[in-house]
Amino acid sequence: MPRTEIDLQQTISFLSILDEEGNADEELVPYLDDDTLRRLFRVMLLSRRFDERLLQLQRQGRLGTFAPVKGQEAAQVGAMAPLRRTDWFVPSFRETAAALWRDTPLSGLLLYNAGFNEGGLPPEGNNDLPIAIPVATQVPHAVGLGYSARAQGKDDVAIVFFGDGATSEGDFHEAINFSGVFSTPTIFLCQNNQWAISVPREKQTHSRTLAQKAIAYGIPGIQVDGNDVLAVYVATAEAAERARAGGGPTFIECITYRLSLHTTADDPTRYRSEEEVQAWERKEPLIRFRRYLESRGLLSEQEVERLEQEIKEEIAQAWEEAQMQMENPDPSVMFEHIYAESPDYLKAQRDAFQKEIGGG
Amino acid sequence: MAKLTMAKALNLALAQEMERDKSVYVMGEDVGRDGGVFRITEGLIDRFGEVRVMDTPLAESAIVGVGIGMAVAGLKPICEIQFSGFSYMGIDQLESHAARMRWRSRGRWSVPMVVRAPYGGGVRALEHHSESKEVFYAHTPGLKMVIPSGPRNARALLVSAIRDPDPVVFFEPKAIYRAFREEVPDEEETLPLGKARIVREGGDITLVAYGAMLRPTLEAAEQLAGDGIDPEVIDLLTISPMDDETIAASVRKNGRVVIVHEAQRSFGAGAEIFARLNEKAFWYLEAPMERVTGYDVIVPFFAREKAYLPDAERIVHAARRALQ
Repeated sequence: MPRTEIDLQQTISFLSILDEEGNADEELVPYLDDDTLRRLFRVMLLSRRFDERLLQLQRQGRLGTFAPVKGQEAAQVGAMAPLRRTDWFVPSFRETAAALWRDTPLSGLLLYNAGFNEGGLPPEGNNDLPIAIPVATQVPHAVGLGYSARAQGKDDVAIVFFGDGATSEGDFHEAINFSGVFSTPTIFLCQNNQWAISVPREKQTHSRTLAQKAIAYGIPGIQVDGNDVLAVYVATAEAAERARAGGGPTFIECITYRLSLHTTADDPTRYRSEEEVQAWERKEPLIRFRRYLESRGLLSEQEVERLEQEIKEEIAQAWEEAQMQMENPDPSVMFEHIYAESPDYLKAQRDAFQKEIGGG
Repeated sequence: MAKLTMAKALNLALAQEMERDKSVYVMGEDVGRDGGVFRITEGLIDRFGEVRVMDTPLAESAIVGVGIGMAVAGLKPICEIQFSGFSYMGIDQLESHAARMRWRSRGRWSVPMVVRAPYGGGVRALEHHSESKEVFYAHTPGLKMVIPSGPRNARALLVSAIRDPDPVVFFEPKAIYRAFREEVPDEEETLPLGKARIVREGGDITLVAYGAMLRPTLEAAEQLAGDGIDPEVIDLLTISPMDDETIAASVRKNGRVVIVHEAQRSFGAGAEIFARLNEKAFWYLEAPMERVTGYDVIVPFFAREKAYLPDAERIVHAARRALQ
């Protein structure tokens, strides 16, 4: 009875298609039509410029605390692109680029960041959940959403976004374990952006990769270059196809980097070096994808300039719209949507409140 | 019409609702093959199959969190937490998401789910198996907190909870799962959530109780009646949203009130009822309001459990103080 090796029948691979210079591994490039390729770039650029505008407005005191997405555009847009509008999108709090791929109105996102509950809502018909702030608590929802879809005979899948820090949370473990047991059509999309506020990835887990955690739950896992939009696209498309066919969940670790702040309340100079940030700046996702599209003749300098102008106007117009909606905030909105039907004591509280603000 | 224990009545509610509505699912630890440790889900897996009756991993947060996702996508999950003392892992999901999804999404998404759990003392159980933490849930806007007191209302309230468009935490007083039987009609029956019930009319004093405490309160009412006092007894049934109007109307009539619950005294449901009576019935009070509750200690191991739990004698003493 010797001591023997257990064959876990599973390994973890790393996928990268575009290198930092925008050179592609042609054998791995997915087939995507020109419009889709252009839209991938446009939404990444829109997300970058919108992020910059949000930061400006926040620094001017016109918006509240928010979590910038800079550097993670490819991981988000690449993951959403292979999915349908009826697939469930379960974000955490940094998924602006993913929300923009789903056509969430900019004015609504501005309104949300100005502190209005009405903001941030997705277009009708999208199966998008609202922003979830407590880390990892949204992960189990994607398991239930996927379970429901399958039980109702639909082939929709659910994708849930979370970060490297979330993999330390109990909810991550409970959810992915549950998903494996019931083989739910769920894509666990981890954006490993290297930092959970000030704590580096190495201090979240002693595991060599996050992707290998999939092995413990008996589900497929893969690590991808999260700054390579094509690699993320391929990994997510594979996961979605498997899930739709009844093959269950997949864990995808996107190696990326939060180039900006954790939130606008954060000062990263306290915990990481300028050299580290600069090294990642060279690997950022927009430049390489732009080069790739240029090399394929799908983008030119003039076209990028035109895009920049278009996006600038789009953001300016959204801010105008948001400001109009911010003009007359009715505070009694806080009493809405607590229950399907407001209980008597809550109606009484609202009446008393309205009387007080009305000077009655 | 059959005479059923509360355990059987709850099982009837689950089976009939699952039969009526294909979107009703049951999930939790040991709820499938085992039929639940209290046998509340007995036989369901055979009738409705493994997709709708889910034996889940041991993971309370996931049971509630996965349930939330199922509910958002159009199902009506009924999550069983094996004992309320193990529900705390799930509180984050209830507080952070179930209670807020309707509000956060401006009505786009809702969470029509029920979280069932046996609660309360009186069964000589281990540590963590005798608590009454209903106010943890009652304090959260967006949740409803329901506690039945017997077989017939347990069945009717559970049906209403399943059909409710909002998340309902449903605590089952395990001490009376099999303590007595009541006639429960075969045909479906509901009771409105958020509505208390006057179980004994009387013109001298108001006694308010819920859950397993209704029985000793009714016993106390009988003793008082033997001495020529005519108590009114109110069964709260829903802790939140609380039907303060039924209580206040009774207290405006009687001027004297005793609140009974087995949960700890401080910040308990009794304190909230006092506060609402202060707003709605203060000028009608003829004596200080009284409450008979658990003490502000951790529920002792079962050798001393009886000393902790309110009983008819303590309730009678409190009533007599209020009647002085």
